Amino acid sequence: MKKNLIISLKLTLVMIILCAVLYPLLVAGIGKATPGGGKGKTISVNGKVVGYENVGQKFTDDKYFQGRPSAVDYNAAGSGGSNKGPSNPDYLQIVKDRIDTFLVHNPGVKKEEIPADLVTASGSGLDPHIPPAAAYVQVKRIASIRTLQEDKVKELVNSQIEQPILGPSVVNVLKINIALDNLK
Amino acid sequence: MNSEILGTILIFLATLLLAYPLGKYIAKVFEGEKNITNFLNPVERFFFRICGINPNESMNWKQFLKAMLTINMLWLVYAFFALIFQDKLPLNPDGNPGQTPDLAFNTAISFLVNCNLQHYSGESGLTYFTQLFVITFLQFVSAATGIAMLVGLLNAFKEKTTQNLGNFWNYFVKSITRILLPLSIVVAIILAFNGTPTSFDGKDTIITLQGDTVQVARGPAAGMIAIKQLGTNGGGWFGVNSSHPLENPNYITNAVETISILLIPIALVFALGFYLNKRKLAKVIFGVMTFLFVIFCAINIYYETKGNPAIDKLGIAQTAGSMEGKEVRLGAAATALWSVATTSTSNGSVNGMHDSLTPLSGGVVLLDMMINALYGGVGVGILNYFIFIIIAVFISGLMVGRTPEFMGHKVEAREVKIAALITLLSAFLIKGFTALAAYMVAHHPDIAWQVKPGAWLNNPSYHGFSEMLYEFTSANANNGSGFEGLGDNNVFWNVTTGIVLLMGRFLPIIAPIAIAGILAKKKFIPESPGTLRTDSGTFGVMTLAVILILTALSYLPALALGPIAEFFSL
Repeated sequence: MKKNLIISLKLTLVMIILCAVLYPLLVAGIGKATPGGGKGKTISVNGKVVGYENVGQKFTDDKYFQGRPSAVDYNAAGSGGSNKGPSNPDYLQIVKDRIDTFLVHNPGVKKEEIPADLVTASGSGLDPHIPPAAAYVQVKRIASIRTLQEDKVKELVNSQIEQPILGPSVVNVLKINIALDNLK
Repeated sequence: MNSEILGTILIFLATLLLAYPLGKYIAKVFEGEKNITNFLNPVERFFFRICGINPNESMNWKQFLKAMLTINMLWLVYAFFALIFQDKLPLNPDGNPGQTPDLAFNTAISFLVNCNLQHYSGESGLTYFTQLFVITFLQFVSAATGIAMLVGLLNAFKEKTTQNLGNFWNYFVKSITRILLPLSIVVAIILAFNGTPTSFDGKDTIITLQGDTVQVARGPAAGMIAIKQLGTNGGGWFGVNSSHPLENPNYITNAVETISILLIPIALVFALGFYLNKRKLAKVIFGVMTFLFVIFCAINIYYETKGNPAIDKLGIAQTAGSMEGKEVRLGAAATALWSVATTSTSNGSVNGMHDSLTPLSGGVVLLDMMINALYGGVGVGILNYFIFIIIAVFISGLMVGRTPEFMGHKVEAREVKIAALITLLSAFLIKGFTALAAYMVAHHPDIAWQVKPGAWLNNPSYHGFSEMLYEFTSANANNGSGFEGLGDNNVFWNVTTGIVLLMGRFLPIIAPIAIAGILAKKKFIPESPGTLRTDSGTFGVMTLAVILILTALSYLPALALGPIAEFFSL
């Protein structure tokens, strides 16, 4: 018993140094060589950081492409999902309200054109992406508010679609909105 | 959508391709044969010398267990106090508070037992110090404990008759230096290059494009995320685990993390075959596990990509599947695969919210944790499966009228009793505590507790019941995922799940080691035509039947009240 305890104490110290000190320091050291230097990839406009590439942010203004609903209102210091079950009546009412709100803000869009992604909350509450369909469905509204030609905004969406080799195509909401601000 | 399903198939195939050679390598490491990491020998010898360990000292099953339990107890005490006093310790750039005693009790146990149930949120509930010195540390050592116990079990059957299970300390150290640490470094580097933070800087404050001021939580996350996946721990750096876009930035990292979840548990099945030189037995075990795993994946991928019928009724385009609680860059199919991988292996990390899974997928992940032996947690998965084997040996022995034998040793009343008690224990813990919680919600919703039972649940009706059932199932399986809508950071849940966690970890480790120790001491009976072969397809089917019957008998009523009822209500 005593022998086991002494070995345990010493071995614990050794493993703390190995796993909790040396290992994280090694990873942090290598991380300095990565894009963003291990602090997260930021995006700047005119030299000012406006966000992280991988952290979604809130867009409520109609002149911007809007991201997905967030259970934590895009609080990047406290991520969270809604954790609503699929049959929860209160939850289904919330989704219904979101659909109605979307229809009010996007005249001319039909209900069956709204992708579910735009009215369901993401897992993290910080989803930086929307699917291409969710960008296209907002084109009409944005073109009319910004008095741009619809084709031009549509072209912008086309140019912002990221298609990985495997997995879903996505549009980064922050990136497309920065590009939108630059669109003349 | 088709490319998403293809993606899940490719991820699984890649896992198998990597797991086979890894299994071979692991067997070599523990046999002490020459292998590619032999350059680490001097490092390990140094560790053994300063700790006073003789790695060649043999241990019988009781000594083996004592060594394991002693060091685990020490970690529990250490972790508990570090969490309570974390606000007074260094590396706390965000100024987070210390944990309350009941939360620290739960967290310390939860990480000690390789479960990683988290009743706190990573961004605010821990400091960088505890993230590294408690959480990351325990993620390594609890996984290594599991692997060491498995090697002990295998040693019981390596020789004809033996009392020697090998040296716990030796296997424990090598599990870290030869398996967990090298793989973690590789995975951490991949994550870092894809945008997962690694630096010690605290929260960043930015002004968004629209003009809001936002704080962004960061920290040295990549290393912790690597071991959380590889060691079937599952506890995330951020509150929402791997659905967080910094914890799992893109489809590639998602593939790497999914592979990491499954890699070592599957490799250990192959390692068993190489180590015991019984490849056919390993193939049969792998076949049974994979058979159920693939069925579970198919069900979840089907239902998650099909979407939520209640949303369909609202008349919108649900083409991407059920997206509540999921991330666009990962997609419904990849999240469905992950949900099965993480519950099969007792990992418990998530890349989408399980609480928002469609009813039958939620049922499948529950069932998966109730079985808890489809690959299973590192090391302990095979220990759990071993219990099913013993019961299958016993039942098939009775059916054909032969003395039950396993690996040339008679399986007698004492061993079968232990095995039966362990299978009953899980059902008792899960259903007993769920019943207690449900009773409190139904009959004492307004009792004067800090958080009233009436406020525990985030969803009404069947789904609310599933939330409670899930929490105890996850605790018992040492899984760690949750139907996270449950308000679980209060005395009731912290203490009850803490108890379930401890019992659900150590008894299912002690029992198989005891059985193996007792069997190994017995006289070796050479195989004869009258022997019931445990490495045949027939016996595989028998084990499968035992798993299904035991699990169905124990849990079907509970599942019927939760996910199944919800399915028919939609």
